[in-house]
Amino acid sequence: MDWAWVGSHLDDIQHLLLQHITFTVSALFFGFIIAFPLALVAARYPRLYQPILGITGVLFTIPSIALFLLLLPFTGLSETTCILGLTIYTLLVLVRNTVEGLRGVPDDVKEAAEAMGYRPLALLMKVELPIALPVVIAGLRIAAVTTIGLVTITALITFGGLGAFFIDGFRRDFATPIIVGIVLSVALAVAADLSLVGVQRVLTPWARTRR
Amino acid sequence: MITFESVSKRFPDGTTAVDDLSLEVPEGEVAVFVGPSGCGKTTTLRMVNRMIEPTDGTITVDGQDAMKIDPPELRRRIGYVIQQIGLFPHRTIAENIATVPQLIDWDKKRTNERVDELIEVVGLPDEVRDRYPHQLSGGQQQRVGVARALAVDPPIMLMDEPFGAVDPIVRSRLQDEFLRLQRDVKKTIVFVTHDIDEAIKMGDRIAIMSEGGHLQQYASPEEILAHPATDFVASFLGAERGLKRLALIPVSKVSAVEGPVVGPDDDGARARAVARDNGSDWVVIVKDRKLLGWAHVADIDGSGRVGDIEAKPFSAEIYKEDSLRAALNAMVTSLTGVAARIGDDSAYEGLLTQELLARELQDSDPGPGTMTGAEVNEEAERV
Amino acid sequence: MEFLADLFEWFSDPINWSGTEGIPARLWEHIQYSLIATFIGALIALPLALVLGHTGRGGLLAINLTNTGRAIPSLGIIILVYIAAGLNLLPVYAALVALAIPPIVTNTYVGIRSVDRGVRESAEGMGLTGFQVLKDVEIPVAMPLIMAGIRTSAVQVVATATLAAYIGFGGLGRFLIDGLATFDLAQMTGGAVLVAVLSLAVEVAFGALQNALVSEGVTPRKRTATIRAKLGSTTA
Repeated sequence: MDWAWVGSHLDDIQHLLLQHITFTVSALFFGFIIAFPLALVAARYPRLYQPILGITGVLFTIPSIALFLLLLPFTGLSETTCILGLTIYTLLVLVRNTVEGLRGVPDDVKEAAEAMGYRPLALLMKVELPIALPVVIAGLRIAAVTTIGLVTITALITFGGLGAFFIDGFRRDFATPIIVGIVLSVALAVAADLSLVGVQRVLTPWARTRR
Repeated sequence: MITFESVSKRFPDGTTAVDDLSLEVPEGEVAVFVGPSGCGKTTTLRMVNRMIEPTDGTITVDGQDAMKIDPPELRRRIGYVIQQIGLFPHRTIAENIATVPQLIDWDKKRTNERVDELIEVVGLPDEVRDRYPHQLSGGQQQRVGVARALAVDPPIMLMDEPFGAVDPIVRSRLQDEFLRLQRDVKKTIVFVTHDIDEAIKMGDRIAIMSEGGHLQQYASPEEILAHPATDFVASFLGAERGLKRLALIPVSKVSAVEGPVVGPDDDGARARAVARDNGSDWVVIVKDRKLLGWAHVADIDGSGRVGDIEAKPFSAEIYKEDSLRAALNAMVTSLTGVAARIGDDSAYEGLLTQELLARELQDSDPGPGTMTGAEVNEEAERV
Repeated sequence: MEFLADLFEWFSDPINWSGTEGIPARLWEHIQYSLIATFIGALIALPLALVLGHTGRGGLLAINLTNTGRAIPSLGIIILVYIAAGLNLLPVYAALVALAIPPIVTNTYVGIRSVDRGVRESAEGMGLTGFQVLKDVEIPVAMPLIMAGIRTSAVQVVATATLAAYIGFGGLGRFLIDGLATFDLAQMTGGAVLVAVLSLAVEVAFGALQNALVSEGVTPRKRTATIRAKLGSTTA
């Protein structure tokens, strides 16, 4: 571990860390925007659930490098390729967890709400989504951590994000940047995970005493 | 036989679940442990097969100290039925029932025969043999649970709210079937419930426990209903204690009164005289000892025959194996306010009245908590 | 689509189907890496998770291991171990085994813990020993989740084994890395298609294996689906 290198590369570290965060947040943002309506449709029309899950599942199974490279002919060596690829990876988890969260809402609760006169939209917003929230956020946690890990792979294409340190270290046979990259990306993932847990605790006070 | 000697259970967090419990469950009897939640009844049951270890005291099972037997060994000799049933979802019904026979290495033929026998004993159709638990109804699963516990014919059974998860109609049927089964198999049974009515129905003896694991009373249902040992027992039995007692007394214990009996050939004047002597405005019509029904005397012409008018049937006829509670029920739903008792040869044996019931309760119980005739009438109003 | 024509040509060129650098050889290398890594991972993870699940200890660790495990960048691990240990397969296996362990531990642990209390209780009450409870009741009942864990690991390992090529080893990653380096789009996408197909094949194979190993009585229920969603296991 060469601390002098760390000291003299603080600017690089900051730059790549920020880039890593930008990629992650963009992918999660676009992923959620696409996944959420899909999930609502799938929850409303159960017959669409298996097809939607099947397609996102197949996309999820495609290895990340393969997916990025498959996108190359269309979007080139660009950040678009990265964010597009990362977004695709968030879809399965976000769709599935949102749907399973909604399906997990006890029937008696839904029925009681309907019996009290909730209209479909209010039922969704005020009853179903809040109850589904823990499972939805569990999905966000998985998506966030997975994406942070995947961004390191995108360095093979864009040389951006913390993965750039791995490639730099590999080329120069020098461990310090690799360790910096691993530590920072793990730390970033843990931080993202913990803050989402925090968000969930704030949003679902009723679930706090359990487990 | 199961014996508890000064048995206590204190949990690490300081709570006492069972406090210095001493009692004996005689061979072939059902001892029901009943009480509110937190009274230690389930803990007591689970200490018998060492699912929970007692802190103090000794539990002997058929003369052997349970603490000196290897727990799996001990448990294979004791049938265990719980409310959640706990059927193995990955095994068929036959495989579930064969669990303990396999553990103690019965051969295949013997196990198979026993499985077939048990499926029949607990009243399940043959087809369930190769089904999986989730394909059965709750009541059927409960029967499988009992069959599985009976598999190696253990002399002792532990049953923790075994019929708690099924609806009241199925529960009542399972209870009846179980009692019938128990008459044949004569197991020594520890039965836990929070339902006092179930306790009274199922138990040869009842142990009533209060919070903190205190035994309040351990006696036969009749004794407990007649003489509740403490205020706790009395309040746990509830306000309908008198009715519950009536449910335990067979009609055959009470001698019926003759009642205003006339024959179909008697005339209206005689009917009126008989009714007046009995203080009623109706008569019972009996021919050759067979009950024909009853009639208001006002409906019979003074000079006409009783047989000329149509006799009204009694709303309920009571047989000797019925309980006094059933008799009371018949009385309050009848216009005459009495129940007609019918003998084995379907002959008329007389009438049961509310006064008779009240007297019976008093005769058999001179102690406190007895219902007076007025109370019986009051209860009758409420039914 | 000129690109598709190139791709087709790459797949139909006999040179690409023969020799130590051909598709069959690379495919076999890839399968070897993946099988060995998943097997070692399961060998470490299963006993650990079964004991933790049976005793109910270490739950927090077991449950959170998967998500934390996802954060470990495999590319970084491979390169780091490579710099430390030199040019052998150790870096590849270190990274892949590390990747395989967490999903198996978490799914197995949760599977064992979510066996119905009444089922476990009645098994003990009938006199099954601790080991018999685990072997005859908990494992068969938890089998859908145990299999989901192994499947998730296997699929991730297959995907990540591609990185072996980055430090000079074989496997299907060769086509990707070499294609990227020479900007040979056809070779690169050809490799990508092969890896994707292999991943899907593993997914399907495990589905079949699961059907064979899981009792009919333990059909996947709503609850299992929710648990799998929470753990991020694979579906299908």
